[in-house]
Amino acid sequence: MNHSDRIRRMNSAVMTGLTALCTLLAVGALLIILSYIAWQGIGSLSFQFLTDSPRPVGEGGGIGNAILGSLVLLLLSSVIGLPLGICVGVYLSEVGRGRVGNVVRFIVDTLTGIPSIVTGVFVYAVLVLPMRHFSAFAGGVALALIMVPIVARTTEEMLKLVPHSLREGALALGAPQWRVTLGVVIPAAAPGIATGAMLAIARVSGETAPLLFTAFGSRFFPTSLNEPIASLTVQIYNYAISPYDEWHAQAWAATLVLMTLVLGINIMVRFLTRKKF
Amino acid sequence: MDLHRHLDDELSSLRDRVLLLGGEAEQALERAMYALSKRDSEVARQVLDHDDEVDHLEVEIDRQCIDIIALRQPAARDLRFVISVAKMAPVLERIADHACNIARAAIDLNNEPELQSVPDLSRMAKHALNMLRGALDAFTSGDAVMAREIIKSDSEINDLYNHTFHRLIELMVTEPATATRDARLLFVAKHLERIGDYVTDICELTVYMAEAAFIKHNK
Amino acid sequence: MPVQTEPPKIEVGSRRGSAPASGTSSSTKVAVRDLNFFYGRVQALHNISIEIPERIVMAFIGPSGCGKSTFLRTLNRMNDVIPGTRVAGQVLIDDQDIYAPGADVVELRRRVGMVFQKSNPFPKSIFDNVAYGLRINRVTSSGSELAGRVEEALKDAALWNEVKDRLKTSALSLSGGQQQRLCIARALAIRPEVLLMDEPASALDPIATSKIEELIFDLKKQYTIVIVTHNMQQAARVSDTTAFFLLGKLIEVNATEKMFTAPNEKLTEDYITGRFG
Repeated sequence: MNHSDRIRRMNSAVMTGLTALCTLLAVGALLIILSYIAWQGIGSLSFQFLTDSPRPVGEGGGIGNAILGSLVLLLLSSVIGLPLGICVGVYLSEVGRGRVGNVVRFIVDTLTGIPSIVTGVFVYAVLVLPMRHFSAFAGGVALALIMVPIVARTTEEMLKLVPHSLREGALALGAPQWRVTLGVVIPAAAPGIATGAMLAIARVSGETAPLLFTAFGSRFFPTSLNEPIASLTVQIYNYAISPYDEWHAQAWAATLVLMTLVLGINIMVRFLTRKKF
Repeated sequence: MDLHRHLDDELSSLRDRVLLLGGEAEQALERAMYALSKRDSEVARQVLDHDDEVDHLEVEIDRQCIDIIALRQPAARDLRFVISVAKMAPVLERIADHACNIARAAIDLNNEPELQSVPDLSRMAKHALNMLRGALDAFTSGDAVMAREIIKSDSEINDLYNHTFHRLIELMVTEPATATRDARLLFVAKHLERIGDYVTDICELTVYMAEAAFIKHNK
Repeated sequence: MPVQTEPPKIEVGSRRGSAPASGTSSSTKVAVRDLNFFYGRVQALHNISIEIPERIVMAFIGPSGCGKSTFLRTLNRMNDVIPGTRVAGQVLIDDQDIYAPGADVVELRRRVGMVFQKSNPFPKSIFDNVAYGLRINRVTSSGSELAGRVEEALKDAALWNEVKDRLKTSALSLSGGQQQRLCIARALAIRPEVLLMDEPASALDPIATSKIEELIFDLKKQYTIVIVTHNMQQAARVSDTTAFFLLGKLIEVNATEKMFTAPNEKLTEDYITGRFG
């Protein structure tokens, strides 16, 4: 073995070790966070905790209303945000070529980078103030606004991955453009689009800031979209900043529930994106 | 491009081989006629001994043509060249066979007293040889004009043959004692006439190779 | 041994199995006059004029970038999809100019089917792939008629026996050669008059290729077929007429056997014998 050979091998070994170390650090930190949350949270978990609504300190109570509220908010934001985002994505990929498309793409990218609290303040100004009260609806809109750019860009990327030959194949059979998009391109990209949608849902399910100004929070089970609504994240925030140990413990448990929820969504993504065709 | 140079190399090696075969046929004819006119049976035997090599060469050319067609799939002028060579090789081999037959006749005649006042076959032989040389040249240079000239000149050999034929028949009648030897000479003349026909075939192949025109059978 | 009293009959053999049925003067299906084509400022085709008779196979050969594929795609206006392209000249199919103002592109593509280099089945079932063109063009509303047309197309494409028991399975589960025959079936289902094939076998193994070639041979009884191929032996095997393109110009059109034994043009000869430049 000559000199340069030895150096090359040493370099290789050092770099391999370095990357392994980085991976270990990142994954290790994540594992510590997860296990710490589980350790802290598991003690307060009970059937009652998952189903009851909050009670004053010392009386126990639960996060049932917050779980339901979070699900309502996610559903609401999905109903508003996903179709809008997918439509923008389709426009970017299939229709908006050239300058207009580039402008739209730039705006979408900018929106992705806006801090979520700004979105919350915006919805507060546009919806909450005119309506004169917080509401689940406003919360849903705020989350939807965060979803749109994410969904739009993933949809665009997924549609662009659909081979051009598929489009040509459909066009060559006498299909007009819109039928090609609807009947061939979107179905072909459907698993990818679903992934994007699920990732967006997972992303907003962890949002707190935009909800503070919009959905606000509530100690009761939701009855209408037109009134404030509880959510896991806001509940965690409120309990965590409270001075009571019992509420701190409940915040840990709620965090564990939220984490499980996000994990559940991610698993669902994997499941949905298995190739069917 | 390497691939095409490869084909070019094979085609030129094929050309070399077929010219070698042509040279062999030419030489066999020349030496057989020498053996006849100079009454040299040793030379005649050399011609006969050499025939195996000629046959071997023909088989080799055949095989090479098949290989090129199977492996290189030649098209257009390359295809016409390979096909022409494949058809030409047996023709050349047959010319060499005729030369062998002449050599055998020479050995037989040399074992008997020399004939007096025989018709001159050397003119015919010379003409046949010239035709063959010309045909090989025309093939080498792809010269269809020259090939057509040579085809036309075949009639001269036919005229010479007819003339010789009548002379020999006359001799058989006037000098019956020489009839056997006359008959042998008649065969020699016939061989030379056939060689002229074969040369015509070669020229037709040359015209096909150069112009993709089939001139056979449409006189 | 019986003595033959009559001289044996001499039969005049027909040279090629299924040359144009009627033989001599079949009518012109596609007539192109002075066609020029531009990608932006780059002229890709120069003054192409050619006549394609009905029910023959015409092969386009030439080096990469010679314009043969571009020209093929002008025959069903597939180039319209590419932005910045421009066509000048006439393409007449049954004496109608397909580039005339008001000409119906969708109707044109119904009449002029296309099969692409890379097989491009839609991510749908085998049945739905073949039925796609029929549904798009509203050929029939009856389910049984639809099934009948699908079966017929699959039979014409010599694929029926291999897929009849799994019509509902994904088209992507088929092998490469089967996928390409599926694409042919898909094109045949709407009963085009002309079938354009852009290197249909270039991605297939020799056995799949020979199946496609046999298929082409059978199809020319009903269709006018134009095939672009890089494989000159393939052009020699399947076509009746061959056209040679070079640098966007049509150099020579000739009977295939003439083209491959004694082409008229020196450029063609150089290309066919592999001695280019």
